[in-house]
Amino acid sequence: MADTAASTAAGSAASATRGRRPGALSLLARQFWYQNLLFWRNPFSAFFTIAFPLMFLLLFNTLQGGSRLTERGGIRFAQFFTPSILVFAAISATYVNLAVSVAIVRDDGILKRLRGTPMPSWVYVAGRVLHATFAAVLASVLMVAAGMLLFHVKLIGHLLPAAIVTLLVGIVSFCALGLALAAVCPNGEAAPAMANFTWLPVAFVSSIFFPLDTAPKWLQSLGGIFPVKHFAEAMQATFSPFTTGNGFRWHDLGVIALWALGGTIVAVRRFQWEPRAAGGGRRRRRQTLRTGE
Amino acid sequence: MGGTAIRVSDLRKSYGEVEAVRGISFELAEGECLAMVGPNGAGKTTTVEILEGFRPRSGGDVRVLGMDPETAGRDFRERIGIVLQSSGLDRTLTVRELVSFYGAFYPSPRNVDETVDLVGLGEKRDTRVKALSGGQQRRLDLALGIVGDPDLIFLDEPTTGFDPSARRHSWELVDNLRSLGKSILLTTHYMDEAQNLADRVVVIAGGAIVAEGSPESLGGRDLAEAVISFRLPAALALADLPGGLPSQPRLQDGYVLLRTKAPTAALNLLTGWAVGRGEELEALTVTRPSLEDVYLQLTGDADAVAPKEATNG
Repeated sequence: MADTAASTAAGSAASATRGRRPGALSLLARQFWYQNLLFWRNPFSAFFTIAFPLMFLLLFNTLQGGSRLTERGGIRFAQFFTPSILVFAAISATYVNLAVSVAIVRDDGILKRLRGTPMPSWVYVAGRVLHATFAAVLASVLMVAAGMLLFHVKLIGHLLPAAIVTLLVGIVSFCALGLALAAVCPNGEAAPAMANFTWLPVAFVSSIFFPLDTAPKWLQSLGGIFPVKHFAEAMQATFSPFTTGNGFRWHDLGVIALWALGGTIVAVRRFQWEPRAAGGGRRRRRQTLRTGE
Repeated sequence: MGGTAIRVSDLRKSYGEVEAVRGISFELAEGECLAMVGPNGAGKTTTVEILEGFRPRSGGDVRVLGMDPETAGRDFRERIGIVLQSSGLDRTLTVRELVSFYGAFYPSPRNVDETVDLVGLGEKRDTRVKALSGGQQRRLDLALGIVGDPDLIFLDEPTTGFDPSARRHSWELVDNLRSLGKSILLTTHYMDEAQNLADRVVVIAGGAIVAEGSPESLGGRDLAEAVISFRLPAALALADLPGGLPSQPRLQDGYVLLRTKAPTAALNLLTGWAVGRGEELEALTVTRPSLEDVYLQLTGDADAVAPKEATNG
């Protein structure tokens, strides 16, 4: 017992000579900066988040020319499609991006390494969400700017608050869903397939590429189960000149928030810091050892 | 100094029916380097990960830096440095970026460039991880483990995959850390590593400690019989050797092997006899069982010892 006391005394003496513990905000800022470096240095994440949706925007708007959508009161295609592709980009930047990269860094053992440092775990999660939000907002702004410059898309002043709130609710919700998918994903290699398989088919029944207003009822109901359609239609409403009122579609936002709640519960319950596939990180390391020299 | 960095008593860990660790007890004094050796699956990594706070234990008591790693938080992790056996790195970042990022978690980090130099990556500081060799990545692991200037460092097989000169370099680094008064818990497969770095060695097999001691005395190595060996001069037979040798010499592959607890007297007798006859005793050696021999015996792999003894004498 005596030397336990001695070691504790030595310990507190040692910590007395230590510097100041870094503050939460500075840790968060560093985490954000770090994720930003990673994002831009991985050509795939930057491509899928920004270039890919931008390509869709240019392609579809060019193909559809100045056509109008009769099922949406004769709205110009670009005025419908720009908020749609904005939703597409925002979901790529949050849901797909987080699910895939968190599952991969977990299986690489990077999360375990971080867990062994004094950085609080919430800083990591908050930093990831913050950066995904930044990427999604950046992509959204780029889509709208491209739509305005090239296809005469108009921002509607009194719907702007609704547009911003809808975007942020969508972003935060799809961050939660992305973390939930990473948490249930068996390993990093399965993550891209799982993220795309759960998202792309849903995108096609969610009024993103074409409005589902005249589609069979069952297809509309099917799309209505998932949050994507609600996000897309709520966003489209904030760009439509035919929208009456302030543009807030509370029903849609409510459904999105419910999904977010479910996602958060799954993420909190199932999130792991250690590689899920036994020896996954080790396998990777051995490959590096073999090919690295 | 003089305190205890790690105190483990009757540590147990079960995974379902399987008992991976069955009542381990040991201590690590402050400033000491303890090597934990044992075959794969012996319970080394499980034990270390319990001490690092990654896993809960099933039984027993553990105190690391006076804290319980299972419940300790940031205070604890600010004072330990962990070099895991296998953990990845973000491959698109540079050495310097990573060391600086990890250093920023700690209240009093080491200087980033000094740390990079210390692990011998000075020339690679602006190289991205994906362009580093496996050994260089392992040295970066080491840099990330020590950048927070921890009091206690866990090194889980730190030099696996290193070339001999990189290993020497890492050993010097670990020696440096010790001279700064850091406590070190090392796991390794290499007996020469344990011999070079550790003050004490703990041998774990089947989830329990089977031997403990200094590298010199482990398993009674210091008291064991020495073996004198030399090539039998041509035209001579065993019967020509002088009388009065402490034990019966054996002939194996043209070499004479003589076991004795008193090698000085035996050598005196043998060399006097040889010089008197004008013979040279070629390839003359006196050896004690190496740490590796003792280790293999202790961990039950006795078959592997015999051929080694035959060639090395």
